[in-house]
Amino acid sequence: MTTSSDTGSRAVADRLYRKRRLINGFNLLASGACAVFGLFWLVWILWTTLRHGIAAIKPSLFTQMTPPPGAEGGLANALFGSLLMNLMAILIGTVIGIAAGTYLSEFARKKPLGEVIRFVNDILLSAPSIVLGLFIYTLVVRQMGHFSALAGALALSLIVLPVVVRTTDEMLQLVPSQMREAALSLGVPQWKVTVQVLYRSALPGIVTGVLLALARISGETAPLLFTALNNQYWSTDVTQPMASVPVVMFQYAMSPYESWQSLAWAGAFVVTVFVLLLSVLSRTILIRNKVSHD
Amino acid sequence: MAASPTTAIPASVVDAGRRAGSDARADGAFRWFVAAAAFIVLCALAGTAFSMLWGGREAFATFGPGFLTSTDWDPVNHKFGALVPIYGTLVTAAIAMLIAVPVSFGIALFLTEVAPNWLRGPVSAAIELLAGIPSIIYGMWGLFVFVPIMGEYVVPWLNDHLGPLPLIGSLFSGPPLGIGMLTAGIVLAIMVIPFISSVMREVFLTVPTRLKESAYALGSTTWEVVWDIVLPYTRSGVIGGIFLGLGRALGETMAVTFVLGNTHRLAASLLEPGNSIAATIANEFAEADSDLYRSSLIAIGFVLFIVTFIVLAAAKLMLRRLSRQEGAK
Repeated sequence: MTTSSDTGSRAVADRLYRKRRLINGFNLLASGACAVFGLFWLVWILWTTLRHGIAAIKPSLFTQMTPPPGAEGGLANALFGSLLMNLMAILIGTVIGIAAGTYLSEFARKKPLGEVIRFVNDILLSAPSIVLGLFIYTLVVRQMGHFSALAGALALSLIVLPVVVRTTDEMLQLVPSQMREAALSLGVPQWKVTVQVLYRSALPGIVTGVLLALARISGETAPLLFTALNNQYWSTDVTQPMASVPVVMFQYAMSPYESWQSLAWAGAFVVTVFVLLLSVLSRTILIRNKVSHD
Repeated sequence: MAASPTTAIPASVVDAGRRAGSDARADGAFRWFVAAAAFIVLCALAGTAFSMLWGGREAFATFGPGFLTSTDWDPVNHKFGALVPIYGTLVTAAIAMLIAVPVSFGIALFLTEVAPNWLRGPVSAAIELLAGIPSIIYGMWGLFVFVPIMGEYVVPWLNDHLGPLPLIGSLFSGPPLGIGMLTAGIVLAIMVIPFISSVMREVFLTVPTRLKESAYALGSTTWEVVWDIVLPYTRSGVIGGIFLGLGRALGETMAVTFVLGNTHRLAASLLEPGNSIAATIANEFAEADSDLYRSSLIAIGFVLFIVTFIVLAAAKLMLRRLSRQEGAK
């Protein structure tokens, strides 16, 4: 090889190399920009909620009922309604969900039926919540003839159910099979092994799942719109329509009245803080559990 | 409980026999109970599909297949057609995916290859917080904060700069309302970014280090490793994640309802208000005053259910293919 062609090919290689480096640098920089872009919206949305929400937080929020248009008031009935319906939904969804998750993990781990149920459960997990609301409307509201808090709780429990089924299934599968075998070899019946050994070992994971489900339903609006509807007054009757924070927020935020809009922001603040606390709490449970296992 | 040592042997044998019987019965009952619970999961999905088909039968019977292609939505004269909400749902979801897919890919790339280790945990936790914020908060933020900005700055700018262009110009000319399909699409994109990016991040982490290191040893840049090694290896998982996000975007209700405008008119421009299936149901269902009206709303809900079911099922199959490929190794 002559010296001139050598330097020529090196120049070509250099140029190619520089071009590849340039593309690499640009794309990696763009990926950093994407991360900043994602965080930017998070900060903006949280800041808006905080700013409007803190300004609207008053003690009367927790003591007064939702007001008529233009008047001052609070969210006491809506807060109570949300609390009650979420509690009922968690109760129903957790009991059925843990049982179904147990079936998947303990009785149908590698069976086709188990795979089908897992598949259906995953679809249910991401199904549009408004569609689940329509289902409960046809099933409960239509049959009862009127809207009710019970129907709202059932619609929410359909959102809780797949979350709990999935975490229970996954957490029980993580329990070492030696534990099952050790307990069974002592002559302990299977239901007792499941309840007293497996559930105890999988408890932190299952609790995390329930907390995540609670976080998901506490801001859920769409399925409540035509199941629990709304109620301007204090009501503890689960067979009657009941107010909930998200539905009140929806109604008030869309209204032209200042006082209603500020109540909607107060509701948004309460819901966001609650959801963020739950998410931090479930994360700590998971991390602490992981540490203690390692 | 263990039998106490003082008990006579025959008695304890009898006792053990009785207990074995009751244990077997309890085990059987337990098994039936958990199987019934699993059956409820199946029923929930099947019931949802069936109840909407049943609830929408009146609309399907009255309007026939023309229900899907008609733009009528006239509660007074009892004429309903699903085209406007279907169109709005598809267009807003498409805008959302156009924005969310590249950004999510960037975030996943940043979190798996680029960011220093100490930054990865906090940033991915923050992005996941974004996924936890209830959708109604996105809607309210959209209506009170984002819509005014769109109306005042973005829409006039689009009108001036993209409006006169041929072909795509008509998409970007419209009144500076701020609400409309473009705004809804952007809010949806912000909502689905955390979902898609967390799936992408997870599947990127499944790529064997050996493969990546081999490529680096041959002199590849980070970008070349990601584009030529990581992405082909995780293709089905990435597509699954995108479909999961699409399923969310199609069915999202509250974030869209606030900023879409609830107008039953087919508009060519993305800056005009429109409607989506979920928003129509949320806005009108509780006030629907005739059986046919309610049935039409349930019927478009059925359409939404079928579309999201197909999209989510495809997503699950894609993700499952990746995990099977993982397991086969």
